[in-house]
Amino acid sequence: MHRFANPARFQRLASIILPWSDVLTAGLLVSGLYFALFASPADYQQGETVRIMYIHVPAAWMAMFSYSVMAAASAASLIWKHPLADVAARAAAPIGAGFTAIALITGMLWGEPMWGTWWVWDARLTSVLILFFLYLGYMALVNAIDNPAAAVRAGAILALVGFVNIPIIKFSVDWWNTLHQPASVIKMGGPSIAPSMLLPLVLMALGFHFYFVSVLLRRMRSELDLARVRALEDAIALNSEEAAA
Amino acid sequence: MTRTLIALIKRDLNLAWRQGGGALLGTVFFAVAVVLFPLGVGPEPNTLARIAAGVLWVAALLAAVVSLDRLFEADHDDGSLDGLALLPLPFSLVVAAKCLAHWLASLLPVVIISPFLGLMMRLEGDALVALVLALLLGTPGLSFIGAIGAALAVGLRRAGALLSLLVLPLYIPALIFGVAAVEAARMGLDPAPHLMLLFGVTLFAVVIGTAAATAALKFDLE
Amino acid sequence: MSSFFAMGGYAFYVWSSYGAALLILGGIAIFSMVRARQASRRLEELKRAAPHRRRREEAANGA
Repeated sequence: MHRFANPARFQRLASIILPWSDVLTAGLLVSGLYFALFASPADYQQGETVRIMYIHVPAAWMAMFSYSVMAAASAASLIWKHPLADVAARAAAPIGAGFTAIALITGMLWGEPMWGTWWVWDARLTSVLILFFLYLGYMALVNAIDNPAAAVRAGAILALVGFVNIPIIKFSVDWWNTLHQPASVIKMGGPSIAPSMLLPLVLMALGFHFYFVSVLLRRMRSELDLARVRALEDAIALNSEEAAA
Repeated sequence: MTRTLIALIKRDLNLAWRQGGGALLGTVFFAVAVVLFPLGVGPEPNTLARIAAGVLWVAALLAAVVSLDRLFEADHDDGSLDGLALLPLPFSLVVAAKCLAHWLASLLPVVIISPFLGLMMRLEGDALVALVLALLLGTPGLSFIGAIGAALAVGLRRAGALLSLLVLPLYIPALIFGVAAVEAARMGLDPAPHLMLLFGVTLFAVVIGTAAATAALKFDLE
Repeated sequence: MSSFFAMGGYAFYVWSSYGAALLILGGIAIFSMVRARQASRRLEELKRAAPHRRRREEAANGA
């Protein structure tokens, strides 16, 4: 019964946090969109396409942030065998994969008008693509294992292995990119962020973080509910078997 | 302890050779995959030499993945993994020994035939030497990183496709540094720095692969 | 207004980006909400079907 104690407290905590994070998500994203689409100037170099950056850059940040959350939860799940950590790692994966997909799609949509091609093997886009494959591998593995406890442990190991490998993969891809430097590309995002870009970027990034919290809590809730549904179904099956015998 | 480990490696090698030459299948796969490229791209010598390093390395990665499913599967199915866990030595050493045996049986043959295929892909002189050295230093890492995937997917149906999705993204650093070493030699540059980076990747793979595969298998045995 | 939607000739790229983000984030959010509701409804059903377990569940919930 101790197993249920923490999730029960979590359910109460979640119902307190969720209304706040929902409101903050909506507020931040609406004001972020206002600044991203209306109240900011076009870039002197990129023109109106700079507005794609307000989605692309925060999404790319979130792709990495979600993987870090997944890895941290996986570490907690392996070390302390905390049932909430198990659920959190599993719930974070599809959200992170979603943000990664957005970063890829918007990167391509920005590349076509700016680079004149849908795909450039630039270090950043390539790293994000590999991150996307890491998410897909995690989700495929967790879904392939029927026993929920075994699935969580296998997923946790894979998430941690992926996490320690990300810096090496990133380094190798950056380095590969300098070997094959394409003729002339505008650095994407880059260090030179104009002040007018900062406000929409920050608002969108914060909005995405609260979106992550809201969806993560909802997904964790349903995972916990489903675990109890399974336990109850097993108990009922057991009872009817006993009654029959 | 060393004697037990050597006995363990010998046992795995015997098993690999006995299963109808199962170990060599990956090597044949490597050769066939490489031969497909001149047929697909055309036999023009400069083109072949330009893509040779990449083609040979990618074929080696795929040959590694194809042979991974046998790493723990047989021992898991017949229950001898439980027996190995009871040996009076750390389980991680058992796992490392099995990875080493996998490299000896499945990937060392790939390294041995690679100069012939390199010649067919129009690599010459220093580039050919760099290719063999790079494969020799890089492929052990493929066995150890691959062991993570093999341990996580052990006992699953249709593990093959899942394995490639789990493992191939983690092979990217080895691919990049391995190809860079051959390319450097082909351009008349010193491949040594690339080979050292590649060997660093392999050492890292040995540590992380042994630890993660051991953890995954231990959970499976519980 | 129409100049706003034209986005300096880059309308397709800009609006596709925002559309894709909306589609993916909205899809994940709605899917998660529906699943959460289904799961909690199924749990309530089962609790009603197995009342002898109810007391223990409530005790565990600290209710």
